[in-house]
Amino acid sequence: MTSTRTSSPAGRFPAGALAFPHRDLVGIGELQTHEILYILEEAEQWVALNRQPHKHSDLLSGLTIINAFFENSTRTLLSFEIAGKRLGADVVNMHAAQSSVKKGETLIDTAMTLNAMRADAIVIRHGSSGAVRLIANRVDCPVLNAGDGQHEHPTQALLDALTLRHALRARGREEFNGLRITICGDILHSRVARSNMLCLTALGAKLRVCAPPALLPAGIGEIGVEAFHDFDAALDGAEVVMMLRLQNERMSGQFIPSAREYRHLYGLTAKRLALAEPDALVMHPGPMNRGVEIDSDVADLPGRSLITRQVEMGVAIRMACLDVLTRRTRGVEGWA
Amino acid sequence: MKQPYPLTIVNGRLVLPDGVRAGSLRCAGARIVALDATPEGGDDVVDAKGALIAPGLVDLGVFAVDKPAFHFGGITRAALMPDQSPPLDHPARIQFLAYSGKPDLWVHPLAAATVGLAGADLAELALMRDAGARAVATGRRWIADSGVMLRLLRYAAMLDLTVVTHAEDGGLAGQAVATAGEIATRLGLPSAPAEAEALAVARDIALAELSGARLHLRQVTTKAALDLVRAAKKRGVAVTAGVTPAHFMLSDLATAEFRTFARLSPPLREEADRQAVIEAIGDGTIDVISSGHDPRGPEDKRLPFADAEPGMAGAETLLAMVLSLVRDGVIDLPRAFDLVAWKPAQLLGVDAGVLEVGKQADIALVDPDRPWIVQSARMEASAGNTPFDGQPAQGRVIALYKGGVRVGK
Repeated sequence: MTSTRTSSPAGRFPAGALAFPHRDLVGIGELQTHEILYILEEAEQWVALNRQPHKHSDLLSGLTIINAFFENSTRTLLSFEIAGKRLGADVVNMHAAQSSVKKGETLIDTAMTLNAMRADAIVIRHGSSGAVRLIANRVDCPVLNAGDGQHEHPTQALLDALTLRHALRARGREEFNGLRITICGDILHSRVARSNMLCLTALGAKLRVCAPPALLPAGIGEIGVEAFHDFDAALDGAEVVMMLRLQNERMSGQFIPSAREYRHLYGLTAKRLALAEPDALVMHPGPMNRGVEIDSDVADLPGRSLITRQVEMGVAIRMACLDVLTRRTRGVEGWA
Repeated sequence: MKQPYPLTIVNGRLVLPDGVRAGSLRCAGARIVALDATPEGGDDVVDAKGALIAPGLVDLGVFAVDKPAFHFGGITRAALMPDQSPPLDHPARIQFLAYSGKPDLWVHPLAAATVGLAGADLAELALMRDAGARAVATGRRWIADSGVMLRLLRYAAMLDLTVVTHAEDGGLAGQAVATAGEIATRLGLPSAPAEAEALAVARDIALAELSGARLHLRQVTTKAALDLVRAAKKRGVAVTAGVTPAHFMLSDLATAEFRTFARLSPPLREEADRQAVIEAIGDGTIDVISSGHDPRGPEDKRLPFADAEPGMAGAETLLAMVLSLVRDGVIDLPRAFDLVAWKPAQLLGVDAGVLEVGKQADIALVDPDRPWIVQSARMEASAGNTPFDGQPAQGRVIALYKGGVRVGK
């Protein structure tokens, strides 16, 4: 055990469970700003631990965490698995093929089954918006949303915020207030975009979203972001550029004439990036389609691309979420 | 069921087309034989104790025959949508269903406009009419091919059948389960612009005008589409419009937290459209309010929002919700029963829906002020999928008569 609880200075957050009074983490939309900040703060110790050669804690020793993924995933599943294992929990992965367990009572039945196995936390990814909330309402243990349809992907937004905070601090900047962020890509189908819009605006950033009209959802202005169709205009003055891939698997019908046409209008090339602030940071939640929404020389730009850093922070954020949400079960003082 | 003895209901308030007044009503041989009658020897006499004596409701467009729910809601006749399994596209099925509710509920099956409701080949409409179909319906789908739609309307016009359509442009609606807007965006639900309705309404009105057919748009739920209906009526087009209470009681806010009981077809709209529906009920643009009764159990509703089936159990709450419009001053009592009984009866060509000598004695005694709470778990319907769960309501049917005979509880 090398981790120490140095962060969370007393008084910055409410005491005990009041700092994060939720049983589940289903969406950023359910969180207050100080609760978002609390998770970010809690994650710092795990960032430190993960950089040690001996990266293990026994905090969740004896607990069982089930990763129930009803939709294919590589990186998120791996990230949650590593997070659980580094905290000493017994982690079980359940790959439920979308086709066999999508319909009917089966989803609820699956949830009841996991519940009956006395999981101490369940991490769920599902292809339908709202599916995670549905399951969370039916089980007795904390539920973490690892992505539900086009709704939310809260740990992705939290890890993006943590990544950004580290990068900003390295540049001597503490606050998100007024930070100009442009998110470009398939906003309509992206749960990452929704969670990030809610999270980053809550933290005080000024968000622009950019996509062709068919890939921008209606009523986006009411969420407090500015919508653009012209990527060049959206990049003007941007301090952070976050690219999203086209979610072809969620599209019904044709939204874009071709990949090369999409790249022509919305691909982040080095030339385009020059339209943003000179030292603008580049992010992408992955998986990337190099040569479509982002060029390799931009994706790999030293000192400015945060893409691998996002992956690193993902493990720490998921450790923090697992820790915080299982405190009640573990009888942590002030949480039980 | 023959009416064994004449029935006289006294001490009531008669809901007549031109007003509400104290009075009594006598029925014999299943028909209304006199208003303001005094009971004769041998009559069953019922003291209404000041309750409303109103026509039994004629529910234009239900998805299931659910007698206990209909009787609770004062519904004596229900027009069954063709969206059954299998669809009502065959005369034998029409004939069977036309008799299925008798004697205490009359089911008026609506013939599927096209084979399998697929929107391609016309079904045997004349045979189904003669087997008991009271109108033709496209079901919960729209007919995308305008050529098919025009042929349908022309044929139905010849057969003197009203065509009941579902007005949502299929290309725009696609797989949508919500109306495009802030709520759908926040929830991440597949959504379609509300204009999908106006587009479909515009086309159907144009084709109805061309063919001379009678067109009934079963649910018109947006301001833009209601404006089109209003203008068409002004031109004299034979178009009527309906709606269900969900669209004047609720907006898309009710879908927050993925409440699948509020997953409806067409989906709930934004608040401005809800207001437009109320206005259209007030000014007569909307002719019919129906329940859209579609009881769905947990296997259809306890699912992620987009995977759940659309529809609500609406029969029990129909009258109470319409009476809320009376209390709000949008309409008066005679007009309320015009919307839920007389207009739909005329559309279906049935001899009921109004308190008039010679009409079928389908009578509801209604206490318009009686308060109650809508409780999903305690409904008469075969499933309790109501978006009004937990809400207070006012107005209950205290006795129901079909053909002069007491039915239901």
